[in-house]
Amino acid sequence: MVPTSTTDALEMLAETGPRIVAGCTDFFPAQKRGEVIENILDISRVAEFRGIRETDDGWRIGAATTWTEIVRAPLPDAFTGLKQAAREVGSVQIQNRGTLAGNICNASPAADGVPPLLTLDAAVEIVSARGARIVPLERFILGPRLIDLAADEIVSALLIPKVPRGAAGAFVKLGSRRHMVISIAMVAVVAAISDGRVADIRIAVGSCAPVAVRLPELEARLRGMTRDEVAAMDAAATGGLDALSPISDVRGTSEYRRSVVAELCRRAVLQSGGEW
Amino acid sequence: MDGRMSENTVDFTLNGQAVSVAAAPGDRLSEVLRERIGARDVKIGCNAGDCGACSVLLDGETVCSCIVTAQQAQGCEVETLSGLYRSDPLARRLAESFEDHGAAQCGICTPGMMVSAVALLRQTQTPDEDEIKEALAGVLCRCTGYRKIIDAVAQVPGRLDGDGGVGAAIRRLDGLAKVSGTEQFGDDVAPQGTLEIRVVRSPFHRAAFSFGDLDAWCAGHDGIEAVLTSADIPGRNAFGVIPAFVDQPVFAESIARFRGEAVAAVVGSPEAIRRFDETGFPIEWRELDAVLDTAGAEATGGALIHDDRAGNVMCRGHVSRGDHEAALAAADIVVEARYRSGFVEHAYIEPEAGFAQVVEDRVEIHACTQAPVMDLDSLEIILGMDRSRIRIVPTGVGGGFGSKLDLSVQPYLALAALKTGRPVRLTYSRIESMQSTTKRHPSEITLRIGARQDGRISGFAFSGAFNTGAYASWGPTVANRVPVHASGPYLIADYRADSRAIHTNCPPSGAFRGFGVPQSAIAQETLFDELAERLGMDPLEFRIVNALRDGEPTVCGQVFEQGVGIVACLDALRPAWTDARAAVAAFNATTSPGLRRGVGVAAGWYGCGNTSLPNPSTIRAGVRPDGTVVLHQGAMDIGQGANTVITQIFATALGVPARSVARLDADTDITPDAGKTSASRQTFVSGNAARLCGEALRAAILRHVNASDAATLRFEEARILVEDTGRHHEISTARLAPGLMGYVFSAEETYDPPTRPLDENGQGHPYAQFGYAAQLAVVEVDEALGTVRPIRFVAAHDVGRAINPMLVEGQVQGGIAQGLGMALMEEYIPGRTENLHDYLIPTIGDVPPIDTIIVEVPDAHGPYGAKGLGEHVLIPTAPALLNAIAHASGVRIRSVPVTPSNLRKAIEERENGR
Repeated sequence: MVPTSTTDALEMLAETGPRIVAGCTDFFPAQKRGEVIENILDISRVAEFRGIRETDDGWRIGAATTWTEIVRAPLPDAFTGLKQAAREVGSVQIQNRGTLAGNICNASPAADGVPPLLTLDAAVEIVSARGARIVPLERFILGPRLIDLAADEIVSALLIPKVPRGAAGAFVKLGSRRHMVISIAMVAVVAAISDGRVADIRIAVGSCAPVAVRLPELEARLRGMTRDEVAAMDAAATGGLDALSPISDVRGTSEYRRSVVAELCRRAVLQSGGEW
Repeated sequence: MDGRMSENTVDFTLNGQAVSVAAAPGDRLSEVLRERIGARDVKIGCNAGDCGACSVLLDGETVCSCIVTAQQAQGCEVETLSGLYRSDPLARRLAESFEDHGAAQCGICTPGMMVSAVALLRQTQTPDEDEIKEALAGVLCRCTGYRKIIDAVAQVPGRLDGDGGVGAAIRRLDGLAKVSGTEQFGDDVAPQGTLEIRVVRSPFHRAAFSFGDLDAWCAGHDGIEAVLTSADIPGRNAFGVIPAFVDQPVFAESIARFRGEAVAAVVGSPEAIRRFDETGFPIEWRELDAVLDTAGAEATGGALIHDDRAGNVMCRGHVSRGDHEAALAAADIVVEARYRSGFVEHAYIEPEAGFAQVVEDRVEIHACTQAPVMDLDSLEIILGMDRSRIRIVPTGVGGGFGSKLDLSVQPYLALAALKTGRPVRLTYSRIESMQSTTKRHPSEITLRIGARQDGRISGFAFSGAFNTGAYASWGPTVANRVPVHASGPYLIADYRADSRAIHTNCPPSGAFRGFGVPQSAIAQETLFDELAERLGMDPLEFRIVNALRDGEPTVCGQVFEQGVGIVACLDALRPAWTDARAAVAAFNATTSPGLRRGVGVAAGWYGCGNTSLPNPSTIRAGVRPDGTVVLHQGAMDIGQGANTVITQIFATALGVPARSVARLDADTDITPDAGKTSASRQTFVSGNAARLCGEALRAAILRHVNASDAATLRFEEARILVEDTGRHHEISTARLAPGLMGYVFSAEETYDPPTRPLDENGQGHPYAQFGYAAQLAVVEVDEALGTVRPIRFVAAHDVGRAINPMLVEGQVQGGIAQGLGMALMEEYIPGRTENLHDYLIPTIGDVPPIDTIIVEVPDAHGPYGAKGLGEHVLIPTAPALLNAIAHASGVRIRSVPVTPSNLRKAIEERENGR
């Protein structure tokens, strides 16, 4: 089923309870042999789910927006981290098909899109026959592969509120090879620098907890810091990284993740500051 | 249109042609393109978006067609390599450039690479290296090391020369099919709609199993034609590559010894196989305790994997010479260390695949393989059929590196074709390929080396345990080769090396580029650096002091009076070594702390051909009545270039341009046995057979007109012109009576390298020749993250005589990329890294520039002096990287891969003074 309007999409969803897909970049790799899934609802041609639009409140990114579209879109500096993440998602082939909404709905702990979206204070717009609702991203992803989406609902867009004046974003991903790699750890930052000090900052870490998380304690500590203070800081000190609970897997040990994430935070903040 | 699109038909434009094709929701575009439209130029390597081989352009954007639904192509323009090659001048130019650089080796990734590159070149005709890397990063290549692909896309002028005689850098003679999308690999030859096979495999490392009512299950499932088990094997349910160790069943009987072992095969229509869900299959499993490492397998009282192999020891290898203990006691310095390496997966982009059919009373197997005649030998036993009734027709091979020496799909194909009487096909999934085929042996090595103050080695004691998995495969070869090679290419008078191959419940370890020598070289070459450091000697000079020279005995007591090229290789690195050390010192002195660069060097050697065993190759050629010279070239080209190199050698011996020779490639009905493509033997052994064959054919023609050996030959339409110091002869080939196989002249020659058996101490003449190598690596270590970025390699390789320098460079770059992967990222863990996103191989962004220095110290046994090369390349790479990491960061890592996690831990320990 390939609806072209929201109305049709919701109607088809109600009829047969299909699997919702868009870019299919997670759908196919997760299929086991012998598993044939034909009841699918491909929302990639729903007009209302496409495109990036500036609104009175900020930006609306349609659910079927691909990573490539993010990379090519004219967006403010605060979106730099999201754009950098977009260029690190798989390969060009994946970026051309994979969608932001698919990335959050797949709810992998290592989803590249989630940390930068968290730093943009993204919310998820959800539609159903019952109407629309909006959920903050951190409340939408409930756990690995677990999201707040009812059977009759479809994610229609991501909503980004206005960004702080002068804010710039950054994204740092650590993997065992240069391209096409599931991250060992990643950090996204949106920061505004004023008078040589961190005026406003949001920092989020992925692949180091069941769900990517913002680090409010660390953000509080970072506020007011100079570049030199950031360069010298240990993010792990005074509980800055306590919200993380990294596991050991084939990509790295939990100790390693803890040890590098502080460094990645430092680098991401410095990077977001540019020539600061 | 009501906003809903048709469910069952998809219309799109394929390479400019409108197509309308049936496709169910959820059908992959790749499948529809290949199996319903016949666009087999779209290759499938992983079905998960990890390898990019299936890349096509969808409305001009590169996508993996394996993870796009066919429905998503509705109304779009789809372009594939063959269409681009036909109609896009950019693609045509790119194809020329790929050929000029040898950027396609096996060719399986080439469609994905070229399609991705065309998308880039349409944006910018002069992309820089970073743009090329970004555009091509989604396509994995396991053969080339990517550098020639980058050069090809950047349209760097190629450096071709000559008419194809020995020493000429010419394009691959089989290259056009690879760059135009017409090459046929294992999965590309079966007609659409052919019956398919699905192999049922053990989900456990070790398990007992029993079947329920298979006949009833088969009868109850539409489209299922047959179920095969061990009961269906007419001959012997066993295969293996070493006659004394044939132990692997085609189908396990009651006990499965590793995860992924075959127990049954289901044969059915494509649709039935697509929907075949193993959960309903009548088999009952009982998981048993398994042992996955050598320590566990060797522990006393442990369960035996094979009842007749005590202590789970499959075999041992041993070489000793002089008195190693006395020499160690007399040494001024002794260093000792333990080393570890894990399973390495070959990760060719083409999973095992093939097609079989019964033709009259014979069975034909078309599949990717490195060893067609060995396949025939094994099938004769399994099928219990006379070998005259079996034909092996190798398809294009999308990478092999050792693993496609063993049987994989072949017995299932043959059994199913014979059982059903119908054509059948089988393609392994990526996961199935990784679970069930051979791997590089994990190793646990203890090494002790002594040296005197003057820098000479004094005593060497090596002991290695190799995890050989559940079945023998090439484990005995690894056990034999390692003690012979563990010294490295050095003069070591007092030496002892012991190896043992230990069974575990892991997939069989087999042949992988180097047969265990890359593992032992890591230990020896990094411990050499420790010795040099303790002695206060330059690591390169330390190696040169100890390097083997003409007239000196190897650790097997073999004395080569000529052709020992290791000093020449090490000498060739001197300028780069001096420059790189200085550059690194300058970098480290000025750059902010945290980034440290280092330079490492390592050497290697490798004996070409079988170890002290007969190893013949036969090459045949003839002249047709129409004047065409035909070469029966049975040496499998798995991407390395045998089709080109063997033809160049033959053409030189005959005295004609290489391109004028018509080639018949491997087919057990028409090509004599040129042996297996392994042990770096084809250029050396089959090359010699080709030289002899060319000489013999030439002699026969000259004899016909009593011409002298100084004569030149020209083959023209239905005649041969012989010019002999002023005398002209014309042989009208059309008038000669055709003889054997319709040829008017023909020749068949065999070459078997002269070796002698090893005695109980491993003393003897294991190989007629060795090839030699030395490599330098420059790395940058990010100390805070533990990451390593290789910056540059310089590789000096003694190939005796470079038959085709372009292909030599291709082998060097590809081997280094594999060595880099082994050193920094690759570890196969059964049950955990069974796909190409958890098992990482280098991408285009991971392989730095590689300078190849071709060293030519001729070998008296090699054709025109040539030595083998394929395996030599990756032997020095990992230790060179480890030595560079130590130089940069001061930490010595003795376990590979050096993941960021492991390196960071070591650096932390160093920082904490532990």
